Amino acid sequence: MNDQADAAVTMVPAAQAAPGQDRQEPHGLGTSLAPAEADAKVTGTHPYTADLWAEGLLWAAVLRSPHPHARIKGIDTAEAAGMPGVRTVVTHAEVAGDAGLGRTVTDRPPLASDLVRYHGEPVAAVAADHPETARLAAAAIVVEYEVLDAVTDPEKSFEAAPLHPDGNLIRHIPLRHGDPGATGEVVVEGLYRIGRQDPAPIGAESGLAVPRPDGGVEIYTASTDPHGDRDRLAACLGLAQEQVKIYVTGVPGALGDREDLGFQLPLSLLAIRSGCPVKLAATREESFLGHAHRHPTLLRYWHHADREGKLVKVEAQVLMDAGAYADDSAEVLAAAVSFAAGPYLVPNAVVDGWAVRTNNPPAGYVRGEGAMQVCAAYEGQMDKLAAQLGIDPAELRARNVLGTGDPLPTGQTVTCPAPVAELLAAVREAPMPALPKDGPVEDWLLPGGPEGAADPGAVRRGVGYALGMVHMLGAEGADEVSTATVKVEGTVATVLCAAVETGQGFATLARQIVQDVLGVDEVHVAPVDTDLPVAGPGGRGRHTWVSGGAVERAAKMVRTQLLQPLAAKFGMSAELLTIADGKITSYDGVLSTTVLEALEGKELWATAQCRPHPTEPLNESGRGDAFVGLSFAAVRAVVDVDVELGAVRVVEMAIAQDVGRVLNPRQLEARIEAGVTQGVGAALTEHLRVVRGVVRRADLAGYALPTALDAPDVRIVKLVEERDVVAPFGAKAVSAVPVVVSPAAVAAAVRAATGRPVNRLPIRPQAAVGVTRGAV
Amino acid sequence: MSTHAPHAPQTARLVALPATLDDAVAALAAVPAAVPVAGGTDLMAGVNAGLLRPAALVGLGRLAELRGWAYQDGHALLGACLTHSRMSRPDFAALIPALAAAARSAGPPQVRNAGTLGGNIISAAASGDTLPVLAALEATLLIAGPDGEGRQVPVSHLLAGRDRLRPGELLAHVRVPLLHATQTFLKATTRTGPARSVASVAVVLDPVHREVRCAVGAVAPMPLRPLDAERWVASLVDWDGRRGLAPEALAAFGEYVGMACIPDPEVPGDGGEPTQLPPAVLHLRRTVATLARRGLGRALA
Repeated sequence: MNDQADAAVTMVPAAQAAPGQDRQEPHGLGTSLAPAEADAKVTGTHPYTADLWAEGLLWAAVLRSPHPHARIKGIDTAEAAGMPGVRTVVTHAEVAGDAGLGRTVTDRPPLASDLVRYHGEPVAAVAADHPETARLAAAAIVVEYEVLDAVTDPEKSFEAAPLHPDGNLIRHIPLRHGDPGATGEVVVEGLYRIGRQDPAPIGAESGLAVPRPDGGVEIYTASTDPHGDRDRLAACLGLAQEQVKIYVTGVPGALGDREDLGFQLPLSLLAIRSGCPVKLAATREESFLGHAHRHPTLLRYWHHADREGKLVKVEAQVLMDAGAYADDSAEVLAAAVSFAAGPYLVPNAVVDGWAVRTNNPPAGYVRGEGAMQVCAAYEGQMDKLAAQLGIDPAELRARNVLGTGDPLPTGQTVTCPAPVAELLAAVREAPMPALPKDGPVEDWLLPGGPEGAADPGAVRRGVGYALGMVHMLGAEGADEVSTATVKVEGTVATVLCAAVETGQGFATLARQIVQDVLGVDEVHVAPVDTDLPVAGPGGRGRHTWVSGGAVERAAKMVRTQLLQPLAAKFGMSAELLTIADGKITSYDGVLSTTVLEALEGKELWATAQCRPHPTEPLNESGRGDAFVGLSFAAVRAVVDVDVELGAVRVVEMAIAQDVGRVLNPRQLEARIEAGVTQGVGAALTEHLRVVRGVVRRADLAGYALPTALDAPDVRIVKLVEERDVVAPFGAKAVSAVPVVVSPAAVAAAVRAATGRPVNRLPIRPQAAVGVTRGAV
Repeated sequence: MSTHAPHAPQTARLVALPATLDDAVAALAAVPAAVPVAGGTDLMAGVNAGLLRPAALVGLGRLAELRGWAYQDGHALLGACLTHSRMSRPDFAALIPALAAAARSAGPPQVRNAGTLGGNIISAAASGDTLPVLAALEATLLIAGPDGEGRQVPVSHLLAGRDRLRPGELLAHVRVPLLHATQTFLKATTRTGPARSVASVAVVLDPVHREVRCAVGAVAPMPLRPLDAERWVASLVDWDGRRGLAPEALAAFGEYVGMACIPDPEVPGDGGEPTQLPPAVLHLRRTVATLARRGLGRALA
């Protein structure tokens, strides 16, 4: 910790001491180039959507359903529309298109018409000259509801009357691998429950919609999938795609992806109908009610093994609560079922997964979707098996790890590097954090915090291991493609690509790629709007792979344009010329010129696409080559538990990760630390409480995110750099896999500290009370 | 930037910033609908959420006389505008250790810098951290009104709603006995960083009267006093010698407090099976018992 702080302090004066000497700064791939917007973000001048303003703008407010399930008998907007200051009121009647909202399945009405299916579903919206007026007017809309029974238990969804014309079963995947009848000498059974983690972006949803003269609309918003949002919005509004344009503003937090569309639709409608710019800034409560959460999941497992601990068969039933609308649930379920056995070699598997509709809040894409829920369960099973056989939990895992060339239960062969054994060995060998008894007692941060009630005598330390995996990019035949343009003029290069910088570091990576290929230090990344070609949504390492790949190809095409005339002039092949630090030199040193001179005042442009090899959907027995690439991690968690109060503090998370290649060390570390911390949140506190379909305490006091004191020391013990030959640069996605593995590791450590089974996330205090002591 | 409609005349904002207590009382008398605001950590959150819409405000930020404390007949007279940060400091902690501990644990630094003792009392949130301490100390509230600072209300009466502030009245001071003995405040939360308490226990010793006083916060709308448990354990303490108690006695006290604050459901009159408390409630009781045991143990150590 201190070392890093010192390093950061010494770095700043060095940069200040040499202004203009760009060579002093890191540049190119493999260096810790700082994000261009870092200073603005730290000092609070980076513009986010909530900061936008337009002359004469109106404020929007959305009326949401107070019921999880009800029939709308009538909506009376007369009183609201007549209030002074109110300009426009819209309901489903004003929605021109007949399309629905949703990412892969569009089954959600943009504004509820005959039914509301979850607490918080948008019913109507108001534009007024003041946000308070808009809010009061929304509250004055009279909606007559006939309250219906809400289906909130996913197990009851199968038998319940259909909540939606599409039925309650969104997808069932019955995966069969090997001999379904195989049995092991030892069988352990477990039931696991995973809670409803919320993405809780630090900036709540907001947007500004401006009407266009052609009847269309321009939207300024923190979209992470501008083209997808545009297409869905146009369909819902009954407009042509070219009548809707999205400008991407600063993104205040996105877990790879960010779902603002539910807010943008009423906003666009209000702007078009009022003829004025309309702004919406959601409150924290609306944010919790309005966006999708992680799928709460119920899992039942049977692990079969022989006496030596070699896995014989994994049987699993995975039930995911999708909430009222399908959204991405089918895809999330595919990840859960495919990775149900984890990064272990399993000869036989019988996995059934269901995603079902309920009247709970909508579930969707949250980093590590599907993979995180099953990881907590299969790792719980590995601990249980180890206890049953009397084998060390880490040793049991080592006996079963997957490697390159092994098959997944889906039948797909793992062709990418899968250094699982190496990762596990690295975290096993890492030194343990010091015990607090070795230092002064004041330095011991106890569970419950510095002003908490913990008693050192009741604190037990536990160590737990977990392994996990995620897939990269879209799965099951999703067309993954991105287009990028690179332009060089003078000493400045510009990248135009619709991949959104969400904080994941894409813009920095794009600069590094161009620096590397063209030797130009000053690289700008243009703002994103939907006039650029499609780059696709964020998340799952897509932009590093697909958009990064496109930027590299475009930069290489520019390089060829630049070097070809020179090479021809000197009668040598362009391959014999190298570019570094703005200079072009030949292999023999005879030719030496600068990029600027070689350009001869010309402006060079090139546009390229990157499209990875295709995948195929899982078939009726859950088999198929569904994934482009996989990434793996091993985590060792060390926790302190006050075994009387059940208070848990994560002391240290040691992680070893399969990263393919490190493109920006500091950014990569930050991504891993963020992912681990999010995983710790999922393990201990993050669960949006819903009682009979109604969201409770939708604020940041009720929904406890990890604070600086909750964030553990993250020790990155090893980054395995085994390049994935099919990926551009050989790099793998880094952000998701720590989120997947960390909760399972924390649960394992709490198991070790307390002797309790710990089969539910987040871990409730009563589940972390030690079995040996503490019963009052 | 305000998010409130300036156009409606009935919501026109009136803000008074009195410099003295008398001026503040006069300002309240002039606009009876005005709401006093000190740190604003509760009030403004309600305003921003659209839950509160005060017609007028009386800002207490300039009342220097309410930001400190004075001594009076073996008591401390605490100004209602004392911030949690000020109460956290060592000089204050030497006077009233449990109140200082509660103030230190109340929220993140930004909230402690703004939030005040008086605000904590008037907001009367179940999880208010200073409330169980004030209940255990049997603090008295001095209320300023049109007739001067004459009215005195026990803190428990105000929190229980037995005695409310009347129109035009303002909480001015809190009188707390100086007991010159150890005091503890322990709080259970859901995370390591600042958080609202799930349960809290204040234990204060009064060696002069040979009393142990205990109050449990956050488990009920107002702090609970387990009076029987207090009297029982006070009778076990050797007030003239080493005050420590055996671990079994501390544990029994904890259980006593836990059962008093979260009792078992009554056995139905028809002889049916008594209902079981859900596991989460049983855990809360165990948490209260553990906090009470540890709090008393540390107070007597």
